[in-house]
Amino acid sequence: MKISQIIIGLEIHIELKTKSKMFCGCSADHFGNKPNTQTCPVCLGLPGALPVPNKTAIEWTVLTGLALNCQIPKFSKFDRKNYFYPDLPKGYQISQYDSPFAISGWLELKNKRKIRLRRVHLEEDTGKLIHGIVDGKKCTLIDFNRSGVPLMEIVTEPDIRSSTEAKEFLEKLQMIVRYLGVSDAEMEKGQMRCEPTVNLKIEDGNKEFYTPLVEIKNINSFRFAQKAIDFEVNRLFEEFKQTRVEKKAGNKTTRGWDEKKGVTVLQRAKEEASDYRYFPEPDIPPIEWTDKDIENFKLKIEKLEPPDKKIERFVEQYQIPISFANTLCQDLNEADLFQAAVKYGRKYGIAPQLIANIMVNKRIQYKDLSPKALIEKINLLSNFTVSEEEISHMAKEVMKEFPAAVEDYKKGKIQSLGFLVGQVQRKTKGKSDPKIVQKILLEKLGN
Amino acid sequence: MELHQLSILQAKDGLKKGKFSAKELVGLVFERIKKIDKKIKAFVTLNEKEALAQAEKADQVKDFEKKPLLGIPIAVKDNFCTCGLRTTASSNILKNYIPVYDATVVEKLKTAGAILVGKTNMDAWAHGSSTETSDFFTTRNPWNLDCLPGGSSGGSAAAVAADMCIGAIGSETAGSIRQPAAWCGTVGLKPTYGRISRYGLIAMGSSLDCPGPITKTVEDAALLLGILAGKDEKDATTLPKSTENYLKKMIPAIEGIKIGIPREYFTSGIQKEVLENVWQAVKLLEKMGGKIREISLLDPKYSVAVYTIIQRSEVSSNLARYDGIRFGEGREKFGQEAKRRIMLGTYTLSAGYYDQYYAKAQKVRTLICQDFDKAFQEVDLIIGPTSPSVALPVGATKDSFMFGELQDILVESSSLAGLPGINICCGFSPENLPIGLQIIGPKFSEQLILQVALSYQQATEWHRRKPNL
Repeated sequence: MKISQIIIGLEIHIELKTKSKMFCGCSADHFGNKPNTQTCPVCLGLPGALPVPNKTAIEWTVLTGLALNCQIPKFSKFDRKNYFYPDLPKGYQISQYDSPFAISGWLELKNKRKIRLRRVHLEEDTGKLIHGIVDGKKCTLIDFNRSGVPLMEIVTEPDIRSSTEAKEFLEKLQMIVRYLGVSDAEMEKGQMRCEPTVNLKIEDGNKEFYTPLVEIKNINSFRFAQKAIDFEVNRLFEEFKQTRVEKKAGNKTTRGWDEKKGVTVLQRAKEEASDYRYFPEPDIPPIEWTDKDIENFKLKIEKLEPPDKKIERFVEQYQIPISFANTLCQDLNEADLFQAAVKYGRKYGIAPQLIANIMVNKRIQYKDLSPKALIEKINLLSNFTVSEEEISHMAKEVMKEFPAAVEDYKKGKIQSLGFLVGQVQRKTKGKSDPKIVQKILLEKLGN
Repeated sequence: MELHQLSILQAKDGLKKGKFSAKELVGLVFERIKKIDKKIKAFVTLNEKEALAQAEKADQVKDFEKKPLLGIPIAVKDNFCTCGLRTTASSNILKNYIPVYDATVVEKLKTAGAILVGKTNMDAWAHGSSTETSDFFTTRNPWNLDCLPGGSSGGSAAAVAADMCIGAIGSETAGSIRQPAAWCGTVGLKPTYGRISRYGLIAMGSSLDCPGPITKTVEDAALLLGILAGKDEKDATTLPKSTENYLKKMIPAIEGIKIGIPREYFTSGIQKEVLENVWQAVKLLEKMGGKIREISLLDPKYSVAVYTIIQRSEVSSNLARYDGIRFGEGREKFGQEAKRRIMLGTYTLSAGYYDQYYAKAQKVRTLICQDFDKAFQEVDLIIGPTSPSVALPVGATKDSFMFGELQDILVESSSLAGLPGINICCGFSPENLPIGLQIIGPKFSEQLILQVALSYQQATEWHRRKPNL
């Protein structure tokens, strides 16, 4: 008996970083803020309050859909998903059921496999339950700051075949939404949440079996996504060997990833056929796009170079290693800064490779620098023409010439180090990098 | 005439000319309430202290230009949120609920200078057409205290009819403004869906709910509509179409206006005296130059079915937030009617039944809209009785689970289609109970509806009759 195929589908939730929430004017930036300070009648679900959809959130969802090669249906609407949970103040979540903003897309992996996307839709986040003790009594508190934050849901087809592919897919998706500027998608902050559904195709002799589906929750990093899937694949295989239970309607289970123990734990045994009683949200008129609207969205996306295209171009155009290009293109701002700096650097004869090297190795703190300021700093650096070998040589000489200073330093007089650095600089006529001089001196001083 | 009997326009005029102060007017209204509301029970909560303070302020401001309702005492149905003032929807669940914000309608009234008299009784959650299903008490019809005022805006209609306010606000899902207005002999205007903001109106059937004025005269309805109508940033279903100063254009109109008389609205299920009075009104309008034409509409019985399913479905979702975690009262406090509606609505939205009920109802709703579109190619307006009967006796709703739906059979179609309609009084039964007729028009035809209603009002004296209390 062997596993002949691993079948993985992903459901990903991404919080959009719009200024305001999905259906009201409250700030959507809720992470780490004092509970219940960013609420209003709408996101608290008070009687009579009505939702007004956030236009930016809708546009961003459409743009994300296009960046993921989706089709944008002309007609779209919100629906009510009715269920009871204390973190859901209205007793229903405004979501999208059968007319999402984007459908039928794909994302290509390094191995050229296309992972099909079923849909991209928009909904509102729920509040947060906090279990604690108040006045010595165990209780559950509700923080509604997150209630109504725009949440984009992306659902793939079960096309992913390994945990590595899953991880790559997530990383790529993260890069795309960051490029679009629609989300920071930090998994650790819950801005990007992923729920893989896994099962196996098993071959036994000439017979084929499919194991029951398992949905994994509680994953808050790419690494854990990979680990959890790996664990689940093994567990499912072992379970099948023992039980021979095959996939059938109603035997999907939900398991939670326990990062401390490195295992998944059963959360819900039988996926009870939940009935959310979806119906069109009567408080929000349907959204209808004209051909021109969709054309305009496409133009916006075309102007934006997708990350993998950009990486390819960087390697070709600037002749930099692919690892450098990868790092630079993680963040659109960084990639933009690099390109602008290359342009500016030509005046000083600074090669793109050097700029890339300095940025990737963080030899200069460039986060808040303009391209001009960055180049000026690099120019300064590149005036240090003395090699490390030469510096090492000079350092040896200086230490011989000033044994007292060396002694002082060893006794704990730290200031002597500055004196020695200065002497080396003098010898090289200021053309050595003081940071490197210091590093070499420290080595030689036995530190 | 005594001050509390005045219409809004009359009261405005008196205040402006300094014939009396807002304080006197408001004071007299509360005096009236104290004298007769024991019998009628139109109010759930009174706002006396605040109202008198507001009246004093109004007397100092005297800015009648910018504040078209300055110093006018208005009663508001208890399903509109009023900041700091208890808002219950006449339900036990919300019996101690004090909102933290004003409904847009309330905000607009306040901005216009109106003085909030109090909150009026209704069928709990607006589920009904009698005000008998209020979780607190039944409101009585001022024309006969043994009769019902209709509903669900029964408290507002009774308060206007009994002169316990100068004007009032109600809300209608299907009939809840027009039917109590008919039973109490007042004007009741249900505007086009989306014409007046629903923000802060405790939701019943969200795709149908409409706030609207209940008044003593047609002109007052025009004035209030002008103040309340318009796009609201807080309600995505309000319509961007600009509003008019309806009152300014209130010139009587009837000559050459094509009026459709749907034969399905004049059937044997309707009380004889109602039919007779409505026919007489039609004949009068014809005499005044109206072009009367018999037309045919879809049988209103289909609307009862469609309305019931759509409204119950929306109710089941809208009431989900009263889950016992907040608002102080648990779900067991829901009354029988609310429980029935939640259960039916939950059923019609359930997997496997959705297509059979909700989806199908929406399709028929589209047919009803198209049916009206067709009719309005032939005629400008449609006239028919508002209610199949005059006010029924207290207790009539007992064991009649579909009471509201059957009472409102003649208004449900137009509500489903989102059309505007008005009720005006067109006579009295031998027992001295008011009879109402309704004028329905295409979307945004409020102005024409009001003008034709005005023509009728000017040609008749019904609106001047007062109940003997």
